[in-house]
Amino acid sequence: MIRALPWSGRIGLGLVVFWLAVALVGPWLAPHGVGDFVDMDVFSGLSARFPLGSDYLGRDVFSRLLYGARYTVLLGLGAALLASLMGTSLALFSAVNGGWIDEVVSRAMDTLTSIPSKVLALVLVAAFDSTLGLLLVICAITYAPGSFRIARALAMNLLQLDFVTAARARGEGKFYIALGEVLPNMVGPLLADLGLRCVFVVLLLSGLSFLGLGVQPPYADLGSLVRENISGLSDGAPAILAPALAIASLTVGANLLIDAIRTGGDR
Amino acid sequence: MSEIPHVEVAGLTITVGGHAIVSDVSFDVPRGQVLALIGESGSGKSTTALAMMGYCRYGARITGGTLRLGETQIEQLGDAALAALRGRRVAYIAQSAASAFNPARTIMDQVIEPALIHKLMTASQARAKAIDLFTALALPSPETIGARYPHQVSGGQLQRLMAAMALITDPELVILDEPTTALDVTTQIDVLKTFKTVLAKAQATAIYVSHDLAVVAQMADHIVVLHQGRVCEQGPAAALLADPGHAYTKSLLAAKHPAVPCEPIAAEDVPVLDVSGVYAGYGRMTAGSHAHPVLSDVSFSLARGGTLGIIGESGSGKSTLARVIAGLLPRSHGWVKLNGKELPLGLDGRTPEQFRSIQMVFQNADTALNPAHSVATILARPLAFYHGLRGARARARIEELLSLIRLPREMADQPVRSLSGGQKQRVNLARALAAEPQVLLCDEVTSALDTVVGAAIIDLIEDLRRQLGIATVFISHDIGAVQGFCEDVLVLYGGQGVELAGSASFSGPVHHPYTQILRASRPTMHAGWLESTKTPRPTGLVPKPDARDGLCRFLARCPVAIPDVCNRLPPRQNTIPGQKWLCHHDHDALAAHAIFPGD
Repeated sequence: MIRALPWSGRIGLGLVVFWLAVALVGPWLAPHGVGDFVDMDVFSGLSARFPLGSDYLGRDVFSRLLYGARYTVLLGLGAALLASLMGTSLALFSAVNGGWIDEVVSRAMDTLTSIPSKVLALVLVAAFDSTLGLLLVICAITYAPGSFRIARALAMNLLQLDFVTAARARGEGKFYIALGEVLPNMVGPLLADLGLRCVFVVLLLSGLSFLGLGVQPPYADLGSLVRENISGLSDGAPAILAPALAIASLTVGANLLIDAIRTGGDR
Repeated sequence: MSEIPHVEVAGLTITVGGHAIVSDVSFDVPRGQVLALIGESGSGKSTTALAMMGYCRYGARITGGTLRLGETQIEQLGDAALAALRGRRVAYIAQSAASAFNPARTIMDQVIEPALIHKLMTASQARAKAIDLFTALALPSPETIGARYPHQVSGGQLQRLMAAMALITDPELVILDEPTTALDVTTQIDVLKTFKTVLAKAQATAIYVSHDLAVVAQMADHIVVLHQGRVCEQGPAAALLADPGHAYTKSLLAAKHPAVPCEPIAAEDVPVLDVSGVYAGYGRMTAGSHAHPVLSDVSFSLARGGTLGIIGESGSGKSTLARVIAGLLPRSHGWVKLNGKELPLGLDGRTPEQFRSIQMVFQNADTALNPAHSVATILARPLAFYHGLRGARARARIEELLSLIRLPREMADQPVRSLSGGQKQRVNLARALAAEPQVLLCDEVTSALDTVVGAAIIDLIEDLRRQLGIATVFISHDIGAVQGFCEDVLVLYGGQGVELAGSASFSGPVHHPYTQILRASRPTMHAGWLESTKTPRPTGLVPKPDARDGLCRFLARCPVAIPDVCNRLPPRQNTIPGQKWLCHHDHDALAAHAIFPGD
């Protein structure tokens, strides 16, 4: 399986596995607590005690990064996967059934698109308090309609093709047509869409954190780490560079892997 | 020949990524003559022809040889010089005129465009010249046809309009790339005639690319046979067709005459498939009929192991009939009986056994097979679905099926997209056979294939029919393919079954006028056939626009329509043993009226 991947795909796979590992065991590896003020100086440089320097309040950036990766990786990948899963299954369901079912599901998705995601998040967080699970659901709901649109358009085109007609003439049920005939031909574009959506979730999450709706202090996701240390930008502090590089390597890694799987499937 | 040939190609080699797709092709064409390039798809015939314009598809490159047109060495020209050459001295007529015209602009704008680009004349001069060309190409209302948009004219007319676009600059060399392949035989004959006249008048040299030997026999002075990018054989048309030297040419010629005798399998009382008085159409239903009716009152029956050929031109309802039998399109009236038991209208309510018994082989194997699946996955599905076969037993059956369709068993695990067109069509057939059907509906299964490959598929279907006793409905626009191996032939026109005949009667001389025109429109190998064949003139009787009351659909094109009868009364059903037809002419009248001399 790994052997079949081109070198870019292997790099992507390595990065994704690395970040998943960090997300899972990071907090246990952290030398300091997430909210501990351990440095007298702010925005200090790299040192043996603080491998990635300290942040604007004198906290250890390395430890905060290890804690923060959990939110970004799990929420980012998780919400993107959940959104794609919801969008794709609804799209297949409505495309294969057609008629009024398609109409109802499509309009419901349009309605969801028309609700501003930040306002929705505000209401939900106010009602249920900000938890990891709720953030996951908010992100998934926000991005499901986009995924639905793409998947439905793909499915509609595929349903017109002769091999689907052949399956219908064979007496196949809707379930098999959706999963056996249509879905395998949608995998490539859907994976590309997933990679893109992953990045959007990270952005949305950072936006929510900025409004105080996302991950609650002292915890912070990678996006918030960048934002809270923004004043260190002029000094070129590692406190802002490290989380930025972390986000970059995670998203680039995920997209490299997805592209490699996609082209591997196409040829 | 003492004269220097007008076009000379020597040692032409074209490569794609280091792999030669055309290698060492040489030929020459004297001024004003027509050279034909024939071969099957992938033989490099279009690539060679396009190289005459200094053009190669993306990724391909001319790596060797010379191309001379008059005094010009085409392979040495730069981009600017090539742009000046194309459309001016060398013109191109593509296979599909429908996709070569811009649907958003009027025909006249597009036809005069080459003349304006090359600044040969003013727009008004160009328009006058275009109208002259329209007249020469026998287009209806040449004065006004230019104001229409491409979707407002028929396919045959569009192909001729494309010729007008090519000829407006008086090019020295015209390249015709399968210009009639997409057309019906009855349209093809008109288009070929006008092409031949116009080319002769313009005194242009022409390169005619085709896979159809009979068409080439009419058009060409010289023939070059290409196979896998190499020249197999070349020579004057008549001599080459009469006495082919190369084995490949012989196989091409042999494929043109499929001679499979049909042997009926012992007939039973109850036909396996009985179609009676079927009406169907598309669009909204009002008062029991469709907004766009396609089929009206079509009937036939098919015995176990029997073969029925259905022929007709595009739009005649052939494919619709297959879809109605398969249940993909619900019929509005009439019945379809399988083994004497009526089938539900559409897919809903059919039993798995009924689904299994009727299998359809789709026309285009490229789209009929799921590109995401492997050959084994595709064949395994009907085995699991209808017969509950899984695992090792399914695998054994898949290998059996592959040997039945003569594909190596290693092919089972290949993805479908890596197969060739002919291999895909075999897998397509095998999938239908995997169900062990009683009726096989073959919808134009050979039309997307090359002659040789198509003939092999027909042989295969015939073998399987004899071995397995499957009744076959074979839909085709090619009367020759059907005549070769079908016991009965149903001729459709405008959704009506105008004639139903046994093979003995069908090869006889007496036919419905439309069948006669179809038969006579099929090119033969004899040079001069085109000139000797007269296009029948319709009598000019047309049905009243509101008369949807069952008048003969063929009336507007019928050369022997009877005034005051055919345009007032619905056609009569004539029945003699072995033949039925729908016409006011009876057997003797049709025999006397012979529209064409028997062929």
